[in-house]
Amino acid sequence: MGSLIESAGRPGADSGWEHEHPRKGFFTDTSICIGCKACEVACKEWNQNPTDGDLELLGSSFDNTGELGANTWRHVAFVEQDSERIEEAKESGRRLVSLGMPTVGPRSSGPRPGAPSTPGGRPGDDLTGEDTTPPDTPEFRWLMSSDVCKHCTNAGCLDVCPTGALHRTEFGTVVVQQDVCNGCGTCVGGCPFGVIERRDDGTISPRSSRDEGEQKDPDHGTANKCTLCYDRLVVGETPACAQTCPTTSIKFGDREDMVDSAEERVQQLHSQGMTEARLYGANPHDGVGGIGSVFLLLDEPEVYGLPPDPQVPTKELPQMYRTAGVAALGMVAATALAFLGGRR
Amino acid sequence: MANADCIVIQGSNMAEAHPVGYQWVMEARSRGARVIHVDPRFSRTSANADKHLPIRAGTDIVLLGALINHVIANDLWFTDYVKAFTNASSIIEGDFADSEDLDGLFSGFDPATGTYDNASWQYADASADGADGADGGHGASTATGVPHGESHGESHGSGGPQLEHGEPARDETLQDPRCVFQILKRHYARYTAEMVEEACGISRADFEYLARSMTDNSGPERTTCFAYAVGWTQHVGGAQFIRAAGVLQLLLGNMGRPGGGIMALRGHATIQGSTDIPTLFNLLPGYLPMPKAGAHDSFEDYVDSIGSKSQKGFWAESEAYAVNLLKAWWGDAATAENDWAFDYLPRLTGAHGTYQTTMRMLEDGLDGFFLLGQNPAVGSANGRMQRLGMSHLKWMVVRDFSMIESATWWKEGPEIESGELKTEDIATEMFFLPAANHTEKAGSFTQTQRLVQWRQQAVTPPGDCRSELAFMFELGQRLRERLRDSTDPRDRPLLDLTWDYPTDEHGEPDPESVLKEINGYHVGGEQDGVPLSSYTQITADGTTAGGCWIYTGVYADGVNQAARRKPGSEQDSTAAEWAWAWPANRRILYNRASADADGKPWSERKKYVWWDEDTQRWTGKDIPDFPADKHPHDLGDADEGGAAALAGNDAFVMQADGRGWLFAPSGMVDGPLPTHYETVESAIPNPLYGQQANPTQMTITDRDNMNAPGITGTAAEGEVYPYVFTTYRLTEHHTAGGMSRFLPYLAELQPELFCEVSPELAEEVGLEQNGWATVITPRSAIEARVLVTRRMRPLQAAGRTVHQIGIPYHWAQGTEAVVSGDAVNDLIGMNLDANTQIQNSKVIACALRPGRRPRGPALRDLVADFQDRAGISPTTAESTLDIGPTTAEPSAELAVDDPRGADTASGEEH
Repeated sequence: MGSLIESAGRPGADSGWEHEHPRKGFFTDTSICIGCKACEVACKEWNQNPTDGDLELLGSSFDNTGELGANTWRHVAFVEQDSERIEEAKESGRRLVSLGMPTVGPRSSGPRPGAPSTPGGRPGDDLTGEDTTPPDTPEFRWLMSSDVCKHCTNAGCLDVCPTGALHRTEFGTVVVQQDVCNGCGTCVGGCPFGVIERRDDGTISPRSSRDEGEQKDPDHGTANKCTLCYDRLVVGETPACAQTCPTTSIKFGDREDMVDSAEERVQQLHSQGMTEARLYGANPHDGVGGIGSVFLLLDEPEVYGLPPDPQVPTKELPQMYRTAGVAALGMVAATALAFLGGRR
Repeated sequence: MANADCIVIQGSNMAEAHPVGYQWVMEARSRGARVIHVDPRFSRTSANADKHLPIRAGTDIVLLGALINHVIANDLWFTDYVKAFTNASSIIEGDFADSEDLDGLFSGFDPATGTYDNASWQYADASADGADGADGGHGASTATGVPHGESHGESHGSGGPQLEHGEPARDETLQDPRCVFQILKRHYARYTAEMVEEACGISRADFEYLARSMTDNSGPERTTCFAYAVGWTQHVGGAQFIRAAGVLQLLLGNMGRPGGGIMALRGHATIQGSTDIPTLFNLLPGYLPMPKAGAHDSFEDYVDSIGSKSQKGFWAESEAYAVNLLKAWWGDAATAENDWAFDYLPRLTGAHGTYQTTMRMLEDGLDGFFLLGQNPAVGSANGRMQRLGMSHLKWMVVRDFSMIESATWWKEGPEIESGELKTEDIATEMFFLPAANHTEKAGSFTQTQRLVQWRQQAVTPPGDCRSELAFMFELGQRLRERLRDSTDPRDRPLLDLTWDYPTDEHGEPDPESVLKEINGYHVGGEQDGVPLSSYTQITADGTTAGGCWIYTGVYADGVNQAARRKPGSEQDSTAAEWAWAWPANRRILYNRASADADGKPWSERKKYVWWDEDTQRWTGKDIPDFPADKHPHDLGDADEGGAAALAGNDAFVMQADGRGWLFAPSGMVDGPLPTHYETVESAIPNPLYGQQANPTQMTITDRDNMNAPGITGTAAEGEVYPYVFTTYRLTEHHTAGGMSRFLPYLAELQPELFCEVSPELAEEVGLEQNGWATVITPRSAIEARVLVTRRMRPLQAAGRTVHQIGIPYHWAQGTEAVVSGDAVNDLIGMNLDANTQIQNSKVIACALRPGRRPRGPALRDLVADFQDRAGISPTTAESTLDIGPTTAEPSAELAVDDPRGADTASGEEH
């Protein structure tokens, strides 16, 4: 239950790790994603994950992966939008500014000289009098975004795991120990993002192996999800997806630095008139206490298939325990009273 | 590209087909560059550009021509650059007639052969006629160009076509009506923004945006870069699309400068290397031409045809490059007495490109066929004829990673399904040899920037998999062993080859020993065997030997320079110590043009190479592409040829006159200036000229290779093939699928063939999202899943609504791959660009209907039915359409059968 008391900064330390490791995380900047899916392939290659699906077209733009799951730990979403929707995204992004997002200056064609480099938005910023006219809204745009496990500060999967198979690593990430997992599947319902899943079947590389025949998947039946390449982190390597990303859309590093550069980038885009840019997962006060894998999105999270307000299912647990405790005490008191009363 | 201020991507889907290279476009964007994508489709490249301009496929020269016109008419050209470094001032022969004068043809056209005589396109001779602008009176005798009588089509490589000498008559004021600048101005005067709207379907506002983006970002302080790929080359006239961009970039002063240029994006790893050290029939290493029977019977004739000793620049030394190559191949057997074994080289008797080879197979003219790194059953145009051709072979060897369709057509190809072929009737003996992949062997990749990058072997190949190098080496050894006692003179070239590479314990030849041979070394004397360090050391007297003169220096000092891996963070932005670029580790060609006529940088911002007054040498951030101590004001020695003849501002050192060519006196078979023609199947009349299609187009006339009728179609019945489709690649797959459809991690990402259509077209035809559609052309019919998307937009052009369809071409029928589907290239005909012999894959007329295609023999019936309705059936069409043999004879011939060269970049490069 360690995550119940974890802070966004050092969930690893709060889990009882004695050595000092900064929390690691991703910053996925969707504004420079070219949708090449190299992250999906590199992830499967490195982790030897089975293929997914039935090899049929989904008819969903260029996305034939569909969603994250036991075998797919990176998923690139493709969203086609017309100008009306783009206008709405710009407007909702602009509104976020007045809710405490980074400040935005007047429209300019380049980075605004003297723009504050740190987020300093005040709630209720009054933008009247400033030219916030966005640049021409294009008639059409095609959004691409690579999704991944969020490695939550308060991780639902970890909280509900009865065996201790899910654990918090020294990097502040959340990882399944396959040899401990008994495949009960409780974690699947515990994840507010629908990331973790049990691997029901599959082979690692059907009809493609250059050496032997098919390899059976050793992790059959257990819960699976992104490990943030734990096996690479322990030897000082970058996770496979970030390493392969050709445009640095997926950045990896200390979570704190990731959030800083994400905030800077949002600021930069707003100053260029791209008011649709916003952060996702950087807020330590959200329903999961912030996430390890922050995103820069160009529209509402729902557009990308992300929950707008994720809540860890155990969030209300202390209150529930308190309530249950009070109830139990009441019961005990009532019973005692009954006995006492009976004796009387 | 990262240094560009504006990048125009046209004829390329760079983000999808070159995602790793696209990081530099994204880098430029993050530095504030504007990126514009001109393409029929809104692709992942468009999604990551500032603006996408949809264009009617095949009208690129109208757009580029209008930009040229815009730049000239509004005086936006880079005057000092154009005057100093281009041939704008050169005077052209008096009897030259432009396409404006001849309604779409240039002077010198012979309708009987469909070819040009380029005598009238030549520079007027300074000695015969001054630059006074007097007109008329010029005969071919005063022209400076040599190769009259036929405009050569073979590749001229980096050298460009030759001229006898580099001193044409000039008018430096650019006012002479016969000077290149004035001819250019007249040629493009009717290429206007209105014409762009009419022909390309691009609005005037969008044209204005594009023009302004380019001109605002060109000049002393800024540079604009072009990027293209097979979206330009795979057109009839595609070579002229590229030249049009070249003309524009010269006018804007964007050549030889950082962030400028035209990036030719290559189709896959080391395609650049495979033209440098070519797999092409008409080239020898280093862009030396293959000798031709009859024309080059003596070594002297051959060498003279490459570059005159009296012309300017480095091609004047072509004899040394040729001797160097022959010494590398035949060692001691190559002597001055036997002309360096020149007669060991085979001679060309005609074009022997991919498609001519296919036709020869069908004529039973070929017995055996080695297939390495290619899957023509899927990747080449008219796949059905490709497969039928293979069924005529006696034997065929396929070397690949997997059992590709070119290895399985005889048991599960589409013709087995349709009943046209029966496995038991096919006499072709098939051999499959497994190949090692790039991680299983060491070697080099040469990429778009001419950067030669070495890769190490990571693992040993499994089982019987071997490298190409090992295969070729052992094949050579076995052949030589068999012929060891032969006294037949025809076996001498094979027996006298230097064929002695050291091998490791697995029998793999040492690839560095090959690199050393390519680099070249001294022969005899004190330095015998010592690697050369520069191509200027190459001699014509047999004291040097080297496999590819432009690669000299890659093994300088006995060190594999291509293996250098100094991180970018530890060196300057040129990164000269990362790998090695040919020639001479030079990162930007013609970089003398990055300084002005006086040798000073055009601007501080774009400073690159300049003249240092103190040391009296060229210096800068790169290896100067110029004689190091030639003063900018040097007039050049007109009595000498070669580098000595170059004047101090002759920046284009490989051109025979030292200038960038706005107008090409020779080298192009279809005209000295890019000119718009409609494609052969276009139903839209050419808005500019009476000449509808490119007059030099090479069409293989065969009943199985018929074209849609285009504008000659009967209007009464409506158009039978009313739509146009264009083919393209997806990031998830690789070309004909041999390296992706067999890999589950890639195959699952794009599992099925689909066609992209606009909602409007889906409505018109009755297509449903994710349902099926059948696409029909006069060659074949295929089925594909339907992807309805607003990324496809109908265009208004030529007074009608033009619907374009996008179809990726990676799939094929078979059971070996993880995913399968119909092969899109079955739809495409063999219509070839006469300069390059590359097929048009980018503008194909088609019919579209909902539902799946018929199975079995009914498929051919469907195709024949559409042919009948279009009036092009083989039994009726000959008289009106000139489409070749009307009988069932298997023989076929080239419509234009002359010995022009070809540059098929292989079917793999679609």
